[in-house]
Amino acid sequence: MSEPVASARPVLAAPRTDLTDGEWHHLHPATPLLRGGIFMVAIIGFIIANLRERLIDLFMGEENYRGDPIDAIYERGATGWALLILAVVLLVIIVVFYLSWLMHTFRVTGEIVEVRSGVVFRSNRKARLDRVQGVNLARPLIPRMFGAARLEIAVAGQDGNVQLAYLGSKLADDLRRDILHLASGLRQARPPADVPGLQEATAPPLIGPATAPTAHSALGDFAAARYREFRAPELDPDAAPPESIVRIPPGRLVGSVVLSGFTVFLLLAGIGLIVSVIAGSSGWVLVAVLPGLIGSVGYYFSRITKTLRFSIAGTPDGVRVGFGLLSTSSQTLPPGRIHAIKVSQPILWRRFGWWRVSINTAGQASGRSSTPATSSTILPVGTLADVEKVLQLALPAFDTDTHRALVENGLLGGRRRNAGVADFYSNAPARAAWLRPFSWWRTGWAVSGQVALIRRGVISRDLILVPLARMQGVRISQGPVRRRLRLASADLHTVSGPVAASLSVIDVDEALVLFEWMSTGAVRSALADTSHQWSRAETPSPTQEAAE
Amino acid sequence: MPELPEVNPPAARPPVRHDVAEPAARLELAEAGEWMRVSPKYVLVEIVGTIVNAVVVCGGASLLWLLLDATWAFWVGLAVLVVSIINLVFEPRRVRSIGYLLREDDLLFRRGILFQRFVAVPYGRMQLIDITRGPIARWLGLADLKFVTAAATAGVSIPGLAEADAEGLRDRLVELAESRRAGL
Repeated sequence: MSEPVASARPVLAAPRTDLTDGEWHHLHPATPLLRGGIFMVAIIGFIIANLRERLIDLFMGEENYRGDPIDAIYERGATGWALLILAVVLLVIIVVFYLSWLMHTFRVTGEIVEVRSGVVFRSNRKARLDRVQGVNLARPLIPRMFGAARLEIAVAGQDGNVQLAYLGSKLADDLRRDILHLASGLRQARPPADVPGLQEATAPPLIGPATAPTAHSALGDFAAARYREFRAPELDPDAAPPESIVRIPPGRLVGSVVLSGFTVFLLLAGIGLIVSVIAGSSGWVLVAVLPGLIGSVGYYFSRITKTLRFSIAGTPDGVRVGFGLLSTSSQTLPPGRIHAIKVSQPILWRRFGWWRVSINTAGQASGRSSTPATSSTILPVGTLADVEKVLQLALPAFDTDTHRALVENGLLGGRRRNAGVADFYSNAPARAAWLRPFSWWRTGWAVSGQVALIRRGVISRDLILVPLARMQGVRISQGPVRRRLRLASADLHTVSGPVAASLSVIDVDEALVLFEWMSTGAVRSALADTSHQWSRAETPSPTQEAAE
Repeated sequence: MPELPEVNPPAARPPVRHDVAEPAARLELAEAGEWMRVSPKYVLVEIVGTIVNAVVVCGGASLLWLLLDATWAFWVGLAVLVVSIINLVFEPRRVRSIGYLLREDDLLFRRGILFQRFVAVPYGRMQLIDITRGPIARWLGLADLKFVTAAATAGVSIPGLAEADAEGLRDRLVELAESRRAGL
């Protein structure tokens, strides 16, 4: 952490780009245009709306316009002034864009990523590479068409992202790889097996500020390159074994989106609407509700396009999750950055045996600045086999037969069903039925291989896995009702996210056992954990040896 | 400290003590050790807080009741008054129930009688320590110490420490956390 050679350039095997040399670099020249994309579209739209008639005339040859701004200028003889003003405005825009591009620089050293931006109000963001929580490569639709991508380096905390927006698409891919290499603490050559030759041949490393890869090629080449990029899957070829990738058939994806709580709500609203109309209420209810119903189609559309072409794979630098049809995003989660995992199954999915996997990471911006690039879902919908594959990626050390049995029992099992079989879980006693009449027999917990498991829920089945090395604390509590029933409740504290690791009913004596195990387990596995610099060779920790 | 087994078997449940007529229903950490308690003067802070709260709510309610003739406000005010008085009676016991304990690798915290809770936070998970002083606490020379982790729920907050104790505890906790730092 505090090495004296903090700014020294690390010896890397083969940096794909020259951007990690610790010098300041510029972003893609079109950055201001792409960043101000919406603004530009608005201005163009405004101009077109104002000169609509004239434009129609230009193409149709009918003169039926009067009194638009151009006429007014012409009649008052101010054409010269108008042209001058236009020129000045254009010049100012160009100068501002150029300045903002000039002042927007970034650098990557062996320890940090730093971004400086702003002309008048300078801002400076730095992220420590050994604290990187994830690297996201996002390609929103419009920049994607121009062959640009946004690289986000997520660090812990609210709104703690360092953004490199925008970079050339290819360059962003390579820079992501280099940043992950640096973050992994790798200081010696990695075997070249995971470097595919295919990319190396076509693209020489790009140097310096001229980051637009196709800036000086012919227009046809440009279009072809754009098209190739558009077609190419988000998952780049330095991903790991293809068999570990989960595929979601489009039918299942559509089904999973349709079979959601939102649909139920929509159906209820529709029935209510029909009833109210039949009952003879005035038409305004229809007018008020109908736009909402139509808008919900947009919701389905965006949900489906967002998750289409979902892919997940293990790479040497962590789990890579990609998704998106129009605007794509690809997220790399380095090892040991997952704080909690939830495998859940809403009741509507049970018939099909579908499951969803979501996670808590420290890099998730909770609340307002929720860029769609960071997603907490690492499997939108999948079968049991898919869930097993994803869990294997997320928790690599958690894949013995016992662990698999634990997961399977956690998803499907319960106290009653497995009356004779070893269930592995410590379940809530039968008297918990007073508080959890339906789900008491599924409410249980287990600890294995440095991971705490919580099984709960019957209407929506949940299994929660918390790596003890990431757990922030444990709490047990008891109110008067639970005291009468000799029960208690327990919570494992994790970073904020969609997963809440809480166990609502547990035997009181067992709660104390859980408390001891979790608190000692948290300390021990944190000591044994070296995943903050996951590739730096270190003596294998005793717990890892024990697990094997 | 118990060994972490490969999988906790269902038989790992501790035996229920049959020699006792009524098995203990309360949460109690048996071999935790001697709990450190907060300053008894902290009762005063809690009492003043409860009274201020009660006065504000009851005042508002009685205004509503007298001026707007809203009868429900009377009952709301009465309920708040009764709850506050009960609270005041139990205040000393509740403050006595607050305790903390510095174990080898983690900080234990407990509070509550009717609603009990125990929290354990490993020192290595510390992000920062906050010391705050309210007006009454400052007058009594007390301070609140908050142990903040990366978790969404606040880590541990120990109220009513003597100021010197709070600062000593802060330094001790920072020192312990430094030696057991875990990356996030």
